[in-house]
Amino acid sequence: MTDQTISTKPSPEAIAARSVLLGRARWGWPEIAFWAIAVALYFLMPTKLMLLSEIAILGLLALSIDLVLGFAGIVTLGQGAFFGIGAYTAGLLARYGMGEAPWSDPLLGLLISGGVAAALGFVTSFLVLRGSDLTRLMVTLGVALIVEELVNQMKWLTGGSDGLQGVMPSAVMGVWEFDLYGKTAYVYSLTVLFVLFVIARRIVKSPFGLSLLAIKGNPLRTRAIGMPVNGRLVLIYTIAAFYAGVAGGLVAQTTQFASPDYVAFHRSADALLMLVFGGAGHLYGGLIGSVIFRVMQDVLGNITPQYWQFWLGMMLVLLVLFIRGGIIGLLMKMRGRIMRNRGPSA
Amino acid sequence: MNAAAPIVLESRQLLKQFGGITATDHVDFTLREGARHALIGPNGAGKTTFVNLLSGVLTPTSGSIFLGGRDITKWSARRRAHAGLARTFQINQLFADLTPVETLMLTIAERENAAWSWFRPVGARTDFVDEAVELLTTLGIADIAHLRVGELAYGKQRLLEIAVALAQKPKVLLLDEPAAGVPEHEREQILDVVAALPSSVALILIEHDMHLVFRFAKSISVLVNGAIFVEGAPDEIANDPRVRQVYLGEEVVHV
Amino acid sequence: MLTILFDGVAYGMLLFILAVGLCVTLGLMNFINLAHGAFAMAGGYLTITLMQRAGVPFLLCLPAAFIFSAFLGLILERTLYRHLYDKTHLDQVLFSIGLVFMAMAMVDYAYGANQQIVDLPSYLTGRLNFLGASIGVYRLFVIVICGLLALGLQLILTRTRFGSRLRAAVDDGRVARGMGIDVTSIFAVTFAVGSGLAGLGGALGTGIISFDPTFPLKYMIYFLIVISVGGTTTITGPFLASILLGVADVLGKYYVPAVGGFIIYTIMVLVLILRPQGLFARGPAR
Ligand SMILES: Nc1ncnc2c1ncn2[C@@H]1O[C@H](COP(=O)(O)OP(=O)(O)O)[C@@H](O)[C@H]1O
Ligand SMILES: [Mg+2]
Repeated sequence: MTDQTISTKPSPEAIAARSVLLGRARWGWPEIAFWAIAVALYFLMPTKLMLLSEIAILGLLALSIDLVLGFAGIVTLGQGAFFGIGAYTAGLLARYGMGEAPWSDPLLGLLISGGVAAALGFVTSFLVLRGSDLTRLMVTLGVALIVEELVNQMKWLTGGSDGLQGVMPSAVMGVWEFDLYGKTAYVYSLTVLFVLFVIARRIVKSPFGLSLLAIKGNPLRTRAIGMPVNGRLVLIYTIAAFYAGVAGGLVAQTTQFASPDYVAFHRSADALLMLVFGGAGHLYGGLIGSVIFRVMQDVLGNITPQYWQFWLGMMLVLLVLFIRGGIIGLLMKMRGRIMRNRGPSA
Repeated sequence: MNAAAPIVLESRQLLKQFGGITATDHVDFTLREGARHALIGPNGAGKTTFVNLLSGVLTPTSGSIFLGGRDITKWSARRRAHAGLARTFQINQLFADLTPVETLMLTIAERENAAWSWFRPVGARTDFVDEAVELLTTLGIADIAHLRVGELAYGKQRLLEIAVALAQKPKVLLLDEPAAGVPEHEREQILDVVAALPSSVALILIEHDMHLVFRFAKSISVLVNGAIFVEGAPDEIANDPRVRQVYLGEEVVHV
Repeated sequence: MLTILFDGVAYGMLLFILAVGLCVTLGLMNFINLAHGAFAMAGGYLTITLMQRAGVPFLLCLPAAFIFSAFLGLILERTLYRHLYDKTHLDQVLFSIGLVFMAMAMVDYAYGANQQIVDLPSYLTGRLNFLGASIGVYRLFVIVICGLLALGLQLILTRTRFGSRLRAAVDDGRVARGMGIDVTSIFAVTFAVGSGLAGLGGALGTGIISFDPTFPLKYMIYFLIVISVGGTTTITGPFLASILLGVADVLGKYYVPAVGGFIIYTIMVLVLILRPQGLFARGPAR
């Protein structure tokens, strides 16, 4: 590529290393299967599309937490703030856009939702640059509480605790109207999720993504090798806020509603739980976690809501005590064991 | 040491206090281009603290530091690294979840200001890959290029610790006990690496093994209780009765 | 005005008793137990049960709540919590949120989601006139009890052998271990007493705050504010922080209901950023 590489012939080790590194960025068959299933579900479960759309959105929210927690190592209990801001932004746009282009256009709405959330993320990112896990946890929680208060108090704008009614987004790209069965909702949510996922995937496999893992691993050394640690953290925190804002925008558009519940503590906590269930630091953890979380919530919650909460708590306790690394961690451990059992031949 | 060579690193009246403890006590210190300087002194003398001050991990209580004639006292560790100051740590400071080749690639990318790149995969910069692999080969650890750093043997981690600093292409390199805790039979490998470092790099080596210090160093500073106790050429230090008393004890030193 | 101030102080004192255990365990083991409120809830619901179903007098419920929650704390510490001291803060948070969820679900299952109120004995109800302010007898009772407890805790910490060991362990666990102090058992005892105090606080709280299954989650945030403002190196810090929070909360709800919470959360974030070791802690953090 550069004249350097032309002038000196790379050693066999270097060539091997290139292919190892590039191989890590290639799509594997489990990944392709995952997305193929997600598409197939549209046809397989036509009565559950609204639920599937919600799962895709929750997955996007969990993905945004994965970017800051799983990769950059910032513990956050406040991602719901960005989700909620995104939801209200998209909701208000669709409500006061009165179904007229361009303001009620869903895609533009998403961009603005993400942008507003990213702006808040950028400003608040400076609060989480320093400090222990505990400080970060309390700061992010505090920011989310402040946003929640604002949403509750600004009744004239947000509708207060009744939520924001009359959210009427236009048809997606002027063609697909949101329908009662969630057909448009699921295709729309899944597409947005996929696009943002691909971008996130590129981010984490890039030098920038590698630098985040390094910061998580050893901030002292990252500074010693000349890394602008704060800049990197601000950037990823802002990007993650954008993702959460888009997730919020999606939920407001597909359910045509926004409520203070979206900013509440349990929103942030649930999304964090989905991520750790699935396994943080693999991008897919949040997606898998959101599927399991939401399906279990549906099944157990139908029996009685309290049971659901009890089992959720129980799973958390067991998860922390016995299966660190979540489901993906477990799968990888099993794969490692199988590989080892196959011996040197494999 | 060539007394006429230009000064690359200097500290003036450098002071660091932790509460009541004075860890660095008004240290005046100069390092010249191409230097091979050893910093010795008993445990707790303040050697690591001095390196931490120079590299920007700690901020001094008072005094100043100059790199290439510029006052860097207020500079962040990051800025000092970009200005050509690199260091290793007495206790490994590595990225446990990365592989050695990834660690070095990241260091190289940081050096070249290319680590903001977010769209292309790490392996796409083949020039970085090649440089990282070459460095690993030079240090004799190319075989572990793709293992998780956290799972490497301690001696290999120590070598990687040096490799990271070298990947920064520094003008001044501070080595804080590079062979500390390494089993005897692996020490030689690390020491050979140190001995083979290019002469364009000015070196400070902290080391307890006196034989090695006298083999390697062209000049020596003895640090006691945070202050520079004596400074001089190796034979002067070896024959200084005060040094023998406070530091070398009864040990017989062959120069 | 004076009446409201008085109410605020009473509420703050109560918050202190509820939160002090958490502050000490956090300082001692660097362990963040978000489930601390669950022990308070246990004490509260025990009181409600004993009074409503068994007719036990209120004053007897207070020590019962202490013992019950302390015992609960001791058991959980020995069986579960001790496995978490060397885990990350994130793990500790997830684990203790898990416990909170389980506790909330169990209480919801047993008592339903409605708010529970107890009938205080007649000698604790009514109001007194004091310096022109009308003061609730029960608030006065709370202030006296909590004040005595706070004083007692301070004396134990500063005057007894156990106290000096505890302080040594909080200051630097490794050094304390090196000096032969049994940090593990100190922690077990502290955890139990802290949980017991939370339970007692819960019992006392039944007369002031309404109890429903969301209690641990709601008060978790108050506890976190007390910790962040008060720090964890002393108990006077959390004490002052609790009073401040109690007064601010009551005043805020009374005069500026629209922005009360907003101000409190903002203060919490600012303190965390500007003085991470707490507003009232001595000197910079270690
Ligand atoms: N972060 C710190 N806080 C308080 N004291 C410290 C700190 N770092 C070092 N010290 C003290 O400074 C002195 C010098 O330590 P150090 O620089 O590590 O010595 P050396 O590397 O020569 O063994 C010791 O007394 C040590 O206890
Ligand atoms: Mg040292």
